[in-house]
Amino acid sequence: MVDLKRVLKSYNHKNVINDVSVSVEKGTITSFIGPNGAGKSTLISMISRLIAKDDGDISIDGKDITKQKNNDMAKKISILKQSNNVNLRLTIRELVSFGRFPYSQGRLNKEDWAKVDEAIDYMELRDMQDKYLDELSGGQRQRAHIAMVIAQDTEYILLDEPLNNLDMRHSVQIMKTLRRLVDDLGKTILIVIHDINFASCYSDQIVALKDGEVVKQGPTCDVIDKCVLREIYDMDIDIKHVNNQRICVYFA
Amino acid sequence: MGYKKKTIILAVIAAVIALIYIFYDLSGNIGYILPRRITGVTAMVLTGSAIGFATTVFMTITNNRILTPNILGLDSLYLLLQTFIIFAFGSQSLVMMSSNINYFLSVGIMVLFSLLLYRFLFKGENNNIYFLLLIGMILGTFFGSFTDFMQVLIDPNEFMVAQDRMFASINNVNKNLVYLSLGLMIVVTLYFIQFYKYLDVLALGKDQAINLGVPYDYVVKRLLVIVAILISIATALVGPITFLGLLVVNVAYEFLKTYRHFYLIMGSVLISIIALMGGQFVVEELFAFQTTISVIINFVGGIYFIYLLLKENKSW
Amino acid sequence: MKIWHLALATVLLSFTSIFIGVSDVTPWEIFSLSNKQLELLAISRLPRLASILIAGASMSICGLIMQQLSKNKFVSPTTSGTLDSARLGILVALMVFTSASPLQKMFISFLFALLGTFVFMKILEKIKFKDAVFIPLVGLMFGNIISSVATFLAYRNDMIQNMSSWMQGDFSMVMSGSYELMYVSIPILVIAYMFANKFTIAGMGEDFARNLGLNYRQVVNIGLIIVALVTASVVLTAGIIPFLGLIIPNIVTIYQGDHLKKSLLHTALLGASFVLACDIIGRIVIYPYEIPISLTVGVIGSGIFIYLLLRRKKYGL
Repeated sequence: MVDLKRVLKSYNHKNVINDVSVSVEKGTITSFIGPNGAGKSTLISMISRLIAKDDGDISIDGKDITKQKNNDMAKKISILKQSNNVNLRLTIRELVSFGRFPYSQGRLNKEDWAKVDEAIDYMELRDMQDKYLDELSGGQRQRAHIAMVIAQDTEYILLDEPLNNLDMRHSVQIMKTLRRLVDDLGKTILIVIHDINFASCYSDQIVALKDGEVVKQGPTCDVIDKCVLREIYDMDIDIKHVNNQRICVYFA
Repeated sequence: MGYKKKTIILAVIAAVIALIYIFYDLSGNIGYILPRRITGVTAMVLTGSAIGFATTVFMTITNNRILTPNILGLDSLYLLLQTFIIFAFGSQSLVMMSSNINYFLSVGIMVLFSLLLYRFLFKGENNNIYFLLLIGMILGTFFGSFTDFMQVLIDPNEFMVAQDRMFASINNVNKNLVYLSLGLMIVVTLYFIQFYKYLDVLALGKDQAINLGVPYDYVVKRLLVIVAILISIATALVGPITFLGLLVVNVAYEFLKTYRHFYLIMGSVLISIIALMGGQFVVEELFAFQTTISVIINFVGGIYFIYLLLKENKSW
Repeated sequence: MKIWHLALATVLLSFTSIFIGVSDVTPWEIFSLSNKQLELLAISRLPRLASILIAGASMSICGLIMQQLSKNKFVSPTTSGTLDSARLGILVALMVFTSASPLQKMFISFLFALLGTFVFMKILEKIKFKDAVFIPLVGLMFGNIISSVATFLAYRNDMIQNMSSWMQGDFSMVMSGSYELMYVSIPILVIAYMFANKFTIAGMGEDFARNLGLNYRQVVNIGLIIVALVTASVVLTAGIIPFLGLIIPNIVTIYQGDHLKKSLLHTALLGASFVLACDIIGRIVIYPYEIPISLTVGVIGSGIFIYLLLRRKKYGL
């Protein structure tokens, strides 16, 4: 369980996150949607300790995240930010091996390497594992970073717009992988996503934010609803049922 | 060739140059020249190590390869202090004042200055490392204005003494100070060991480091203090060599082509030692002391820096 | 702040400036000046005033132009290597022609300043990480490197202390006969005024400027030539005055907004009165001696710069 109670964050006296309470079930994909500037990325960054909250409580499995040891938290929760411009000359395998840092402190044992291999295979990167990151395409690089997060082997995985700059094929591939992580390995995934159709098709729960506040949270079918979407995006969005999926048609 | 082999080659080159430097053209009063040269080599090894080591760590923290810790304003502060002593008490005072006192005073003031700077800047919300550097540089210009002012007023003969302090020089290094610096550096290095494991992860950037469980603020603050102490030691020992670190760490990255900090630090330290000894050799043999090591290294390092900036690269 | 406030301040400060000095000239003697006093005014006080006004106004405007062209609030002759390049140029001129005339010195200094600024603009294009704070950092480092080249040359020729003394910004040596080159700045500033709108457009970026039918390269080059010429003439006559081009335009922006043509006059007047005020302070503090202008501006300017940096979010710089 990830629990946020009355969380608040302000920059220059302006509340970018205002009194947000959210709880995320274990073993689900929960998508955070909302218009630009709604505070999705800020919220995710606070849960993952990248930025500090100003008020309220954030706890994971009942434990306050600020009272945990950094290293213990890193075994529990991992985050992948949208901008991953690593300047280092690293191969995929080397990058993925960094995922074991919380366990090995840089000295990987046999078990750690086994996890690295597993993660590389999971993301089907075996053939190119010795390629350098700067030689990869955007989709491959994103997969490499996800492999690193898998190697980190945390119960909770947070992703901040992982589909940015990816084409449809790669986006679907990534979402399917995330789905498998939840269904097969029992992970809990929190994801910030722009395209509401990806949220609709792949997530169990949706949290809709607007102007730093929660507009609606609940099962996907409750949020992907004409009235709710109008409140979030200030526009009329038709919802069509295609192959048992709710597809939002937002082209007026 | 792998980075391990390359590191060994660097070590061999450094050792060979050190031996050449010590035994080259050894004539006359050996009992006098030999110990002097050994002191010189030790001083260069210490300075090179301190600067190579500190700059590597600094570049990793800042995630940037075109910034060096010398631009924190420490060089200018050192010059201001030395100029002020001559200005206020005359050059005789520098001679009379035990060099130990001057050394401790310099190191102490430089370290104190960096601590105050860090403290001031990490307090507010503006705790951006570039911001810290820019403030450091502005203060550097600020100190520089005072230094220029005093230098113009100093009697030209006194100024020659000040000028000696302005430019790093190996020849008049005091033996006691070399051992003192060695001791200080060992203490700092022992303190550093606990943070060593974080360096590779810090190089991935702040977000990744936090994600992987590095107590980011805690570690970075302590590493910055270590950097400040090392640079202060090197500066107080031989004088400011602003662009040495920039030069050697970038050469180390280009040459070793690895991200592993153990080798990067070793490489930077060794290249730094090679550059200092090679440079000193050039100063003595080619220029017959017409110029000084710091002038040469800043010249070469500076041009290399501009080359780096103009070369298409995404490391900054 | 209205424009006439600034104009008034400039006039008042100018008056004060004329009547401060070791030899007494008091305002009420203005209509009954002795020959000696007249001479003093003509040879020393008035040239000093003129050079301060020109230096203050033109260096501030240089900063403004550079900020428009680079779209960065913290770029200025101090933070882009221009000042250091101009200084290197003067040093080279002195080494090549043993007795260089002021015009020769200025020409070579101008070429160096132009080249240095041009290289900096090239560097700016290459840097992908266009952080407001990072750019001046690179510029200051670049300036340090240029001065390390100057140091290399000066050291070999035993000119270090000389170099410090010429280059220190100081108006006390300005006399009639030694400062007239500064008048070069006046026509240049007129040109700057005529090009103001074009600089603003060029600052929007090459594609944007092209789209509006502007010859981007030409406008940028004109801007850089103006900056280099003004810097060279000021450095040669008065020495290095740090931070001026950086803080004055930023203060104007805070109360006046970003429109270049509107802020030019404000910047010029504020720059002139700021340098005048600093000069007066420098002449009073340790009277009858003087603190050089580079020190007063350096101290006050770095203070203001740090203040602006700390408050930059608030002012949206």
